[in-house]
Amino acid sequence: MPITKAFTTEIDYVSILDEHGNFDAQLGSDLISNDELVQLYEQMLTSRRFDEVAFKLQRSGRMGTYPQNMGQEATSLGAAFALEPHDWLVPCYRENTGLFHRGLPMEYILLHWMGDERGNQIPRELFMTPLAIPIGTQMLHATGLAWASKYRGESNIACTFFGDGATSEGDFHEAMNFAANLDIPVIFFCQNNHWAISVPGHIQCSAPTVAQRGVAYGMDCVQCDGNDIFAVTKVVKDAAQRARDNNRPTFIEAVTYRLGDHTTADDARRYRDEEEVEMWKTRDPMIRMRDHLKSLNLWNDSKEAAATEKAETLVAEAVKRAEEIAEQPVSEIFDSMYNTIDDPEMIRQRQTMRTSSIGQDPTQVESTEQVN
Amino acid sequence: MANLTLVQAINLALVQEMEKDDRVIILGEDVGLNGGVFRVTEGLHKRFGGDRVVDSPLAESGIIGTSVGLAMAGLRPVPEIQFEGFLGPAYDQICTHAARMRTRTRGALTVPMTIRVPVGGGIHAPELHSDSPESIYTHTPGLKVVMPASPYDAKGLLISAIRDPDPVIYFEPKRIYRAFREEVPEDEYTIPIGKARVVAEGEEMTVISWGASVVQCMSAIEKSDRSIELIDLRTISPIDMETIETSVKKTGRVVIVHEAPKTCGVGAELSARIMEHCFLYLEAPVQRVTGFDTIMPYYKLELEYLPDTERISKAIDEVAVY
Ligand SMILES: Cc1ncc(C[n+]2csc(CCOP(=O)(O)OP(=O)(O)O)c2C)c(N)n1
Ligand SMILES: [Mg+2]
Repeated sequence: MPITKAFTTEIDYVSILDEHGNFDAQLGSDLISNDELVQLYEQMLTSRRFDEVAFKLQRSGRMGTYPQNMGQEATSLGAAFALEPHDWLVPCYRENTGLFHRGLPMEYILLHWMGDERGNQIPRELFMTPLAIPIGTQMLHATGLAWASKYRGESNIACTFFGDGATSEGDFHEAMNFAANLDIPVIFFCQNNHWAISVPGHIQCSAPTVAQRGVAYGMDCVQCDGNDIFAVTKVVKDAAQRARDNNRPTFIEAVTYRLGDHTTADDARRYRDEEEVEMWKTRDPMIRMRDHLKSLNLWNDSKEAAATEKAETLVAEAVKRAEEIAEQPVSEIFDSMYNTIDDPEMIRQRQTMRTSSIGQDPTQVESTEQVN
Repeated sequence: MANLTLVQAINLALVQEMEKDDRVIILGEDVGLNGGVFRVTEGLHKRFGGDRVVDSPLAESGIIGTSVGLAMAGLRPVPEIQFEGFLGPAYDQICTHAARMRTRTRGALTVPMTIRVPVGGGIHAPELHSDSPESIYTHTPGLKVVMPASPYDAKGLLISAIRDPDPVIYFEPKRIYRAFREEVPEDEYTIPIGKARVVAEGEEMTVISWGASVVQCMSAIEKSDRSIELIDLRTISPIDMETIETSVKKTGRVVIVHEAPKTCGVGAELSARIMEHCFLYLEAPVQRVTGFDTIMPYYKLELEYLPDTERISKAIDEVAVY
């Protein structure tokens, strides 16, 4: 018997607006209207400004560790734009732009990194889960959220975001396997920014593309230019269609780059070449979009100046709201632990947090009055 | 002798053990070129090469599961989990496999590995970077659990852990990674696993703690005019009951301090053991000063959660006058 092919495949790469300004009109013409394009650019600008300000807040001691989103704006923005407002967004922590697009007030993200859980108290109607700190865990939740909507016969789907590093975690593979085999309408959106802190992509995946991981699970998969808002919009729209029509998941690899350090606690000069960073700066999604807008006569320097000023104001207002939020009562740490708190031990701990050392039942300690 | 931080002391122990024994290899996320996110493995990649200091894929279950295999084959892996909050995915490999291998093979296969994990709160870190899960692993038979509270002990305990024939979780209290320096001998020495340290001697009361809380206890004791004995557990599993018993029989009063939540914290076990060994010597109920029975709050409220000098002092006074 001759050896035959059991299976062969190819992975599509989608690029519509490249870094040289080439635009594929056939693929790109009906994706984003001119008005929408301007709005999306302004949102990128605001998000980039937010990133700069958040960085400075950390550096000046007004905020804790912060992961910059710089350079990756087109990914989550394109995805959020391509989805419906009631589709679940299940993020990691580099998706500010998409979350803001959906309507998340910017101070939520600031509060999160300021060490305040109220930054996660996201209004239900925004259909998004809070930032996920444990890497590679949230894709299973997205799968469950999408599964619930399929079960109820509802039209919304879920889209989950994660990095290249996250594709090494077991939970990622379990989520892909559940979604493909149980026909769940979820989109797996991998932001391949080439680094997981200091670890380069080939340590996470030694196949030519990350996208092809989807093949092994029997799901559609595609690679796109993640710094091209048109390409991202297209692949997410296609994936959403597939999910809504046939309950089929899609794995998307958006190729992008982390222009900043991993977080403010990191120093990327220790492990990556400046040349690589410089090269990727030329592929910055914002530059590309601005040049495109200019070529369509939709943008000019005075519009840029006005939009920049507006972004500065919006961000400054968000910072003010975050910094001026009312102080939480200390007992808050108990209040959301359960639906109701009726364990007498917890109630006692809550009542006496600052007045007792917490160890003892006061009826055992006749002497506490002497020392309180 | 050099004046080292806890981070430097751990680094020195790793260098010396790796020089001495080529079965020792390090693996984990960002431990190579980057030297670890806390720089604990700084310089090791350059010195020992990528075969012995391995940047692994981002997968905690993978890091520990392969370490189990490496160890069964006779190597001495020292895997790192980047923060205690990410032990979750590795839990299965630690508790279901590493802890059980010797028993279930009746000694035919063993797992001599040392899992290094930064632990605890107080550094303004993001979510899941500040927990204290030591009691989970103390409650898992088959593991040893160690947590140094000083640079000197950090070096000696790590060397013992690496040479130990069984799996050891070596928790590194990140709040005191660089909080102070101490003379750490260049020469090789070990601190035995299972031996507590009497940090200060006293007659009226015994305070027991471990990790970063030891520092808090020291300042509470300094502020008190009572004669207080402070025990730093150093090894949480197995517990050094001999040292505790000797002290408690002398003082009759005990305060236990830990960052972890109160319920089923290691303090509960210590308290029960003290009852078993010293009941007739006790002058007061054993008192615990701990984290609350809540999720570790984000950093805005973390200092309200962690036992501080004020709460420890209060407990000392309460127990003293009981
Ligand atoms: C389970 C888990 N392990 C380790 C970490 C520490 N950590 C935080 S971010 C990160 C790298 C993530 O890389 P990637 O998934 O590519 O996302 P990126 O940060 O590049 O966007 C690591 C190792 C974590 N947060 N969660
Ligand atoms: Mg990455």
